[in-house]
Amino acid sequence: MAGYRPSGSGLLNSGGSIVQFDNVGLRYGTGAETLSDLSFSLRQGGFYFLTGPSGAGKTSLLKLLYLAQRPSRGLIKLFGEDIVTMPRKRLPGFRRRIGVVFQDFRLVPHLSAFDNVALPLRVAGVEESDLQTPVAEMLSWVGLGHRATARPATLSGGEQQRVAIARAVIARPELLVADEPTGNVDPEMAKRLLHLFDGLNKLGTTIVVATHDLHLISSIGSSEMLRLDRGTLLDPTGALRHPPKRADV
Amino acid sequence: MKAGVRQFGTADARLLSEGRLSGPMPWVIAIMMFLTVLAAAAGLGLGGAADRLDTTTGNRASVQIVEPNPDSRETQAREALALLQRTPGVTSARRVPPAEVADLLEPWLGPGGAQSDLPIPALIDIELSPSAYAQMDSLRSALAQVAPAARVDDNAQWLAPLAGLIGSLRWLAGGLVLLMIAATAATVVLAARAALDTHRSTIEVLHLMGATDVQVARLFQRRIALDALFGGFVGLAAATAVLLLIGNRIGALGSDLLGSAGLPLLSWVLLVALPVFGVLLAMVVARTTILRALGRML
Repeated sequence: MAGYRPSGSGLLNSGGSIVQFDNVGLRYGTGAETLSDLSFSLRQGGFYFLTGPSGAGKTSLLKLLYLAQRPSRGLIKLFGEDIVTMPRKRLPGFRRRIGVVFQDFRLVPHLSAFDNVALPLRVAGVEESDLQTPVAEMLSWVGLGHRATARPATLSGGEQQRVAIARAVIARPELLVADEPTGNVDPEMAKRLLHLFDGLNKLGTTIVVATHDLHLISSIGSSEMLRLDRGTLLDPTGALRHPPKRADV
Repeated sequence: MKAGVRQFGTADARLLSEGRLSGPMPWVIAIMMFLTVLAAAAGLGLGGAADRLDTTTGNRASVQIVEPNPDSRETQAREALALLQRTPGVTSARRVPPAEVADLLEPWLGPGGAQSDLPIPALIDIELSPSAYAQMDSLRSALAQVAPAARVDDNAQWLAPLAGLIGSLRWLAGGLVLLMIAATAATVVLAARAALDTHRSTIEVLHLMGATDVQVARLFQRRIALDALFGGFVGLAAATAVLLLIGNRIGALGSDLLGSAGLPLLSWVLLVALPVFGVLLAMVVARTTILRALGRML
């Protein structure tokens, strides 16, 4: 798969922490905390599944990871830098290093599948002539080469999801965050997409996938699991805590 | 692949969904520009009229010898002219020929009216230096010595109310132009905010992909600039048509004063520059509005 590697990658040495949460809490407005006392770290190049019942706070945790939200308290380090106190103007540079598959896809409705997939590259300032081939290849890879000019409204749910995934991975992000990425595709395509994630992971991308699908979790042998319940991390082994108790995590 | 160009290319102009002329903003700007150009043209035309009034009547006066006896009138006119020609500060003194006086009176007396037995005053046009103009009273006294029937009419004195009116109208036109500029800016602010609300979901997606505020603002800036360009030139075209029509009608009147309110080339250049200024104003206002609004997002 051809892809674009943004500048600034390789900040951390292989095996270092790409994400660190320390006593993180998130509260919307004046209500109760949606996330409480989250402390964990994710190593660079890891493959993580985030599970938990509906309302456990999975999407909120993902929002913190893809910088759509700042925590109410605690410390978050991303790519080795504190993003809680980071000036707003520095956030775009970090966001370009993160790929996101939204649960509701968030495709731009008036753009074609091609233009939706090309969006991260255009945001990064890639020349038009340089993005044609990788975008076309990526669309073919997710089985949508023939639908490049189709707008999201004319695509099925599964096709939209594949466009969303293609968009998230086209820029070869250092961190890929996916919220239920295989919820609307058939098992064969789910397997294919997971293979894509696995391939990216092998190239060094850290993957975090929120899912209910236990079959999906078991299909990636080297993956680790984060389990959330009512806003707190259930971590009986302590394997994912920061600092990790086990040296290899 | 090469990266590093920190702005969207022209291919991304379509990131914002609506067609360029789908909203009311271009038409609102067209109306604003139409009124602005008319107000500015009025101000510039009145400026021309004021200048011409100043040139043709400023520091000038008319001396009338109002004497029923033709011989005495002629003697006094000669004496007065001779005095004026040797008076320092009088830069020009010209006896208006009787035929020219008759022409001036024809609208009031009818054809040949001035050739009747009606005593027509002798007229002398004089032009004075500013210092001599300021000492009109001493000139009157000197004239009274040699021509007791002489009356000095200070042109500026009887044109003062007209000059005052023209001055007021110029200020009014200038005020209207400023008000229109303010209204245009306010329109752009409202349009930019509305566009932000319309495209909020797209902006959020762009932000989460790492688009900077300046990148996003540039999209809106370009859209609003195109709208302002369209509206501006439609307004200018309509106003130009109206101005040409009015100019044609004024020309048909044959009035010197109204005719002097015509627009020279420089004024037309200024009028054509108004839409360009409007586009720049719209871009700056849109950019500021959008950047402020985006600054409130994460």
